[in-house]
Amino acid sequence: MALDSQARPSPSEIAVVGRALGVVSAALGVPLVARPADVADAIGVGRKPRARLAAQIVGGRELAAAAALLVRPSAPFVWARVAGDAMDLTLLGRALAGHGRRHRNRTVAATAAAAAITAVDVVAALRASRSGSATELTASTTIRKPPQEVYERWRAFSNLPEFMAHLERVDVLDERRSHWVASAPFGSAEWDATITEDVPGERIAWRSDQGATVPNEGVVRFVDAPGGRGTEVHVQMRYSLPAGGAGKLVARYFGEEPHQQLDDDLRRFKQVVEIGEVVRSDGAPGGKRARKEFPQRPAQPLSTDEYTEVTW
Amino acid sequence: MKATTWVQPTIVTVQDVPDPKILNRRDAIVKITSTAICGSDLHLLDGYVPTMQTGDVMGHEFMGEVVEVGADIGPDKLEVGDRVVVPFPIACGVCTPCVQGMTSACENSNPNAGAAEKLFGHPLCGMFGYSHLTGGFAGGQAEYARVPFADFGPLKIESDLTDEQVLFLTDILPTGYMAADFCDIEDGDVVAVWGAGPVGQFAMDSARVLGAGKVIAIDKEPYRLQMAEQAGYTTVNFDEVDVRSVLLELTGGRGPDKCIDAVGMEGSHGSPHIYYYDRIKQLARSETDRPYALRQAILSCRNGGIVSVVGVYGGMIDKFPSGSWINRGLTLRASQTPVHKYLRPLLERIERKELDPTRIITHTLPLDQAPHGYHIFKHKLENCEKVVLKP
Ligand SMILES: NC(=O)c1ccc[n+]([C@@H]2O[C@H](COP(=O)([O-])OP(=O)(O)OC[C@H]3O[C@@H](n4cnc5c(N)ncnc54)[C@H](O)[C@@H]3O)[C@@H](O)[C@H]2O)c1
Ligand SMILES: [Zn+2]
Ligand SMILES: [Zn+2]
Repeated sequence: MALDSQARPSPSEIAVVGRALGVVSAALGVPLVARPADVADAIGVGRKPRARLAAQIVGGRELAAAAALLVRPSAPFVWARVAGDAMDLTLLGRALAGHGRRHRNRTVAATAAAAAITAVDVVAALRASRSGSATELTASTTIRKPPQEVYERWRAFSNLPEFMAHLERVDVLDERRSHWVASAPFGSAEWDATITEDVPGERIAWRSDQGATVPNEGVVRFVDAPGGRGTEVHVQMRYSLPAGGAGKLVARYFGEEPHQQLDDDLRRFKQVVEIGEVVRSDGAPGGKRARKEFPQRPAQPLSTDEYTEVTW
Repeated sequence: MKATTWVQPTIVTVQDVPDPKILNRRDAIVKITSTAICGSDLHLLDGYVPTMQTGDVMGHEFMGEVVEVGADIGPDKLEVGDRVVVPFPIACGVCTPCVQGMTSACENSNPNAGAAEKLFGHPLCGMFGYSHLTGGFAGGQAEYARVPFADFGPLKIESDLTDEQVLFLTDILPTGYMAADFCDIEDGDVVAVWGAGPVGQFAMDSARVLGAGKVIAIDKEPYRLQMAEQAGYTTVNFDEVDVRSVLLELTGGRGPDKCIDAVGMEGSHGSPHIYYYDRIKQLARSETDRPYALRQAILSCRNGGIVSVVGVYGGMIDKFPSGSWINRGLTLRASQTPVHKYLRPLLERIERKELDPTRIITHTLPLDQAPHGYHIFKHKLENCEKVVLKP
């Protein structure tokens, strides 16, 4: 891989820390849910129904965090844990302020423990977010056409912008080299790319050349689907955003979740190959330009102005 | 043009909106001559289907005359002036499900497939006037509609059948027929149908033509039960009697061989405490559907029988009687109707007078009065069974 990912936590590091936090969440969550009264008593907030309920709610949240972190350890989920910690500290703070001296020591101890957990979570979340590590994406679809034909449609790079939301233009320079222009959340990006492997009807692999703003590489495989079901298209790609993980979070915030983007690109590729064009609705009249799923525009015919705009 | 649009939960209005235009090469524009209000529209009206937006044009049961066609529509397929009935699922005709006849699972017709995939695991097809989960397509309770894949979906009506005779080919007749079709009806089968709304009535008619020995209608609206009775079916009022024991009595203790749920997510229940259990969960969004009919159908069906579900459910249900289902070997079948595959066979049955879809129409209103139509259909006023709107 030509992608630079030094000096930043790798996806696997985020995964390890995230999973570890997931285990911590589970360890905290199970007793809170199963024996809320005992836990509430142990941390000195008493056995009253309210304390029990609070313990159960916190426990439920820990279990949810555990599930999320264990299944897909990633920065947003770690940040969710930080938010949870803030809630615990608030609850404990109120308990400290509110109840008598008798159980104070236990509550103080619990608060200190919660504060320590918060610190660990914040560090993990910051590290995960700072990661500018390459984003790795995979997606697949099945198209009701033979592999050779599907391969040829993809291999004609200059047609890719028809269905790939972010691609504005691809200029084919020669047999192996091409120039790509894409729009991205942080502006537009251009790079040259080289085909590293080209097996007609089977696979196309590429890598961006030195100096690309968005270094990227990947492979598309075309596999005969069983029982005459057409062609399975498997895309695997890696890229890194200039602003690193923060760019990714921002992108996600604006609904440009990269996995979703790639899935949608492939869905439109299938449309182009199977039905000849990208399908449009009143809610998403722009075809591939309808990047945002929600909110769409209302499901109501376009005015003449809107119509001229989308049909350019 | 004038169109019925969704404003907010429980409110629709008729307003002026722009005329539809061709957006894809296989589109056609249809000038609507008749359109109807469906039980599914009530789920949208009441806000149980997520992703509705203010201004969305309602309606998925419509027919009319072709007034414009896209560049890729050959005159051998469809021409300006053709009279067509339009199936509610939007389907491309070339993807694998379409080729296999499952047009309601078309993989190419929903530009918002990603969102539906998140909710349901896999995407849904596009549909007219049926929220943004099914693509955000304007519906047909309007003067005109844009019809995508018009060379594949619409059925040309070349005989002199009236609109009323063929309009319901768009949805509820195929849906009722599919419900009975799912039942693999054998000689002497007792088929019980929950819901005597339009879909339920057509499920009963279809069970009859497919050879059921006895058809039982279950509802609580006396006028709807009366309509079923007049068509020759045995009726059970779930507000007055215990449904399961009456069904046992009507079947010599066996239970109905086949059970059809034509009620869906907004069912009501004879016992207030059970109704409120699910109603509250629904309001709290911890359950989206009130599945009384489905629960009862499963518990009532004979061992090894078939439960066919055409009532629409939108998300999650609680207290699903899985034990009854699995231990007694029941078969559960359900679908949004792949209308396309039933169009011709059902048109022929109408022509042969085996089915008379007009029997359920109780109200014909001008399009302007759509909000009133929704009101009486939803609240079962004026003995309303089915409303047809005339633009
Ligand atoms: N699968 C499909 O493709 C498809 C197509 C069209 C309609 N539908 C669905 O079919 C259902 C019925 O449609 P409709 O137009 O006949 O609607 P409708 O609302 O007019 O009919 C529903 C009937 O069910 C009755 N009912 C309520 N609770 C009941 C219960 N517990 N037991 C028995 N009956 C009960 C109501 O009184 C009403 O008469 C809706 O859910 C609709 O969305 C599905
Ligand atoms: Zn309908
Ligand atoms: Zn299709």
